[in-house]
Amino acid sequence: MAQALNYLKETASQTAGPYVHIGLAPGAAGFDIYRQELGRTIAGPDVPGQRIRVEGVVLDGTGAPVRDVLLEVWQADAAGIHPHPEDPRHAEVAPGFRGWGRVITDFDSGLWAFDTIKPGAVMGRNRRLMAPHISFWIVARGINIGLNTRMYFEDEDNSSDPVLNLVEQAHRRETLLARKVKPGLYRFDIRLQGDGETVFLDI
Amino acid sequence: MKPAEFHQRDRLSQPPALTPDYKTSVARSPRLALLSLQGSMSEITGPTFGHSDIDPVDNDLIRNYARTGDPVGERIIVHGRVLDENGRGVPQTLVEVWQANAGGRYRHKKDSYLAPVDPNFGGCGRMLTDDQGYYHFRTIKPGAYPWRNWVNNWRPAHIHVSVFGTAFAQRLITQMYFEGDPLIAKCPIVNTIPDPRAIDQLIAPLDMNAAIPLDCLAYKFDIILRGRRSTLFENRLEGN
Ligand SMILES: [Fe+3]
Repeated sequence: MAQALNYLKETASQTAGPYVHIGLAPGAAGFDIYRQELGRTIAGPDVPGQRIRVEGVVLDGTGAPVRDVLLEVWQADAAGIHPHPEDPRHAEVAPGFRGWGRVITDFDSGLWAFDTIKPGAVMGRNRRLMAPHISFWIVARGINIGLNTRMYFEDEDNSSDPVLNLVEQAHRRETLLARKVKPGLYRFDIRLQGDGETVFLDI
Repeated sequence: MKPAEFHQRDRLSQPPALTPDYKTSVARSPRLALLSLQGSMSEITGPTFGHSDIDPVDNDLIRNYARTGDPVGERIIVHGRVLDENGRGVPQTLVEVWQANAGGRYRHKKDSYLAPVDPNFGGCGRMLTDDQGYYHFRTIKPGAYPWRNWVNNWRPAHIHVSVFGTAFAQRLITQMYFEGDPLIAKCPIVNTIPDPRAIDQLIAPLDMNAAIPLDCLAYKFDIILRGRRSTLFENRLEGN
């Protein structure tokens, strides 16, 4: 018998369920309880960078919008810095930049939207620069473990991005690109299943 | 500290996306393989929270929505630690919880179960772990409730738990169950988890040592987040 490794095992995920709003966005559940709900402001008013809005829907395998979905996003500031002590440049992050947001949908249409600044390119592994992107985490009733993906911008040069280039079927890279609707507005629809299924990541 | 990536997530102890006995998963599960990424700055960092984000009363579900008195139900404390797979406490991380009231009814405009809403119970709470990763909150024990899946499915009593950790790669939502509940074994959502040991890890034992005599019972629930690599040889994450 060898020695035991004694690692603990990650707690298993369970669906966020239909009432996720109670815990994470109680206003949407229909009541007011906290002094402030978290995740509303990704980039404060003084944060430099191009102001953008990103909107979209999450579609299920039948093509219907998922109306009870909750999304969280995480991104770097316009200089490519994450507001986190592991980022070697975090001391230079733009003041008022939180980098994290939590969004829910309109219960009727399934449309969600958030306001932020366009992130800068981020240094990746082996000094390969990653094109500007926003990381997504998606939970809902029927999703057993949160789904991770990334959103890139169609109007940036994504050709040498190390993550996009890992997608074996080149046409599937399109599923990670936000479309520019007009200046400052991007559209990013996420397809959970079926034609045009979004590339989801095991991070 | 040199940036380091996280242990690979053990997908064999996590529920798969497609679990037909939990019907809603059928149309909401990706069919294609996930793309595996080695961690980069975008995954090994994540949002941080501080005491300015929340209030001290936020972890007391008996008081944080009380209007005319205490909510109805069995008074309990839930306590435990947020740890990583290396056994280290995760300090100053945000834990958010939500649950039904003692009758199994949620305060949510989409919940139409016939059990009544409790005027003194909101059903959510949040807190930061301390420097060793400990957290605790006070609440009432939630009731079981029926849901539409098969004709006669009931959720075991449970509390939904959301945890951040220190990195976007550690983000987790799960559910805590209560020791001894016969509905656990019958639940299609519990049974999305293939590994019985992983299910056991979601069941909080009664903890009489933490109960307060003549006041409330206690349950202990530790939450394990992914651990980080500690051997950095050949780790080119920083790229230098
Ligand atoms: Fe529930």
